[in-house]
Parts: sequence; C-alpha cells; structure tokens
Amino acid sequence: MIDALTLAVGVTALALAAWCGFAFSRDQPTKDWHFIGMAVVSVLALVQLVVGVVRLGGGDRPGQGTAIFVAYLLGSAAAVPAAGFMSLAERTRWGSATVAAGAVILAVLEVRLYDIWGG
Amino acid sequence: MSGSRTDEKPGFDLGQGPGRLLVWLYGVFTVAAASRSIVQMIMDFGRAPLAYVLSAVAAVVYAFITYSLVRGGPAARKAALVCCAAELAGVLVVGTWTLVAPSAFPDATVWSDYGMGYLFIPVILPVTAMMWLRRGVVAEPA
Repeated sequence: MIDALTLAVGVTALALAAWCGFAFSRDQPTKDWHFIGMAVVSVLALVQLVVGVVRLGGGDRPGQGTAIFVAYLLGSAAAVPAAGFMSLAERTRWGSATVAAGAVILAVLEVRLYDIWGG
Repeated sequence: MSGSRTDEKPGFDLGQGPGRLLVWLYGVFTVAAASRSIVQMIMDFGRAPLAYVLSAVAAVVYAFITYSLVRGGPAARKAALVCCAAELAGVLVVGTWTLVAPSAFPDATVWSDYGMGYLFIPVILPVTAMMWLRRGVVAEPA
C-alpha cells in the first residue's frame, strides 16, 4: 500500500506534534490553523483506512494478521480527531499538549502498521 | 474514546489542565491494552495465557483510572490514587518478572520489560498521575 502513505501519515503526524508542542511551549491553546493541520492528518489517516480495507478486499493479507491490522488502522484514524475534540474542551496549553501526544501516538501506530503489513 | 464524556464539575477538576493530558493517555492505554488482550485471547489463548490475562488486568486498571479522572471528586481521586499505586506496582512486578523468568512469558504483555515496547510510558504515567492527584489535594480548599 502503503509504504508511501504510511510514510506520509507518519511524517505529517510528527510535524503536527512538533507544531502543537511549540504552541504548548509558548503557553498557547490550539487555534484554527492547528485544527486545519489536524484535519489534514486525519484525512490522510482516513484515506489509509480506506486503502487498507480495499487492499484486504482485493485479497492481500498483512503479515501479522488481519484483525491486528484493522485494529491499528481504526486506531490511527481515530487518534488525532479524538485528541482534537479534547483540545476543544481544554482551551489552555494542555489542549496543545494533548494533540501533540495524540500525533506522536499516531506516528508510533504508523511504524507498527508498517511492521504488521510487512510481517 | 473518553473525549466525549467530559462532564463539568465546577470547583473540582481532576480532568482539566494537565489532567486532560492524563485522561487522554490513560484512554489511549485503555484501548491499547484492551484491544491487545482481546485480540490475543481470541486468536490463541493457549500460547501465553498468563501474559494475556495480565494485559486484560492492565486494561481494567487503566479504564478505571480514566473513569476516575473524568468523573472527579474526592472519592474518585482516592480511588485513582490507589489504582495508580497498583498500576506502578504491577509494572514493576511484571517488568521484573519478565526479566527474571522470561520462560513464563512466551508472548509480551503491556507491562513486559517495564513497558519498554510502549516507550516506558507505563512506568512514567502512574508516577506523573500520582503527582497530579496529590497536587489536587493541596489545590482544593477543604
């Protein structure tokens, strides 16, 4: 699939983490631009989910098992939106920290997805 | 995930500010540990039953702490403190156990090798959570 897409999601997630970490260090909550960034990363993760499911439907099988693969795909699609909603409720620097943590988690999930697909 | 059930309790906010980050991380670890143990138990329970049961126990502990942080209040804080201590003890015991007797664990748990596979977050999290919960005691006017 997915190598290029996995890389894209991972790199954009790390960029989002750095950006929101910067906002945290400057004592700022997440702002509109951050949410646009979250939307970009979330759309990429959703595309990855769709591509992954289509590839499964086409008969491809991930090396470490389909159930784990789908679970990680769902987790990666949900991570940044969930963190974004929490930062909507937390209008302090800690909302930014939450999104940064969510983006780091997404990057880790991408590494695991790469392993799971490759076996 | 826990994002949607932030109920607002004026005056006592375990899940606000830095607590929000803790809620998020505990929520993530609840999902991670629960899905891990469920998948492994369904796929091949016989391979490493001890490891899978310990992952499930970890998931329950994480879920309870997440719930306590979101709920807030003195009782929830006490319960969360007890659970964080149990969590820390669990990480240390299971981490040591996996190093001393690796043969008991053909497959890893969330707490194997002190949570190394999870960037040591399982060790760091209960310590920061306990610091946060104890700070709540001071901040709250009795």
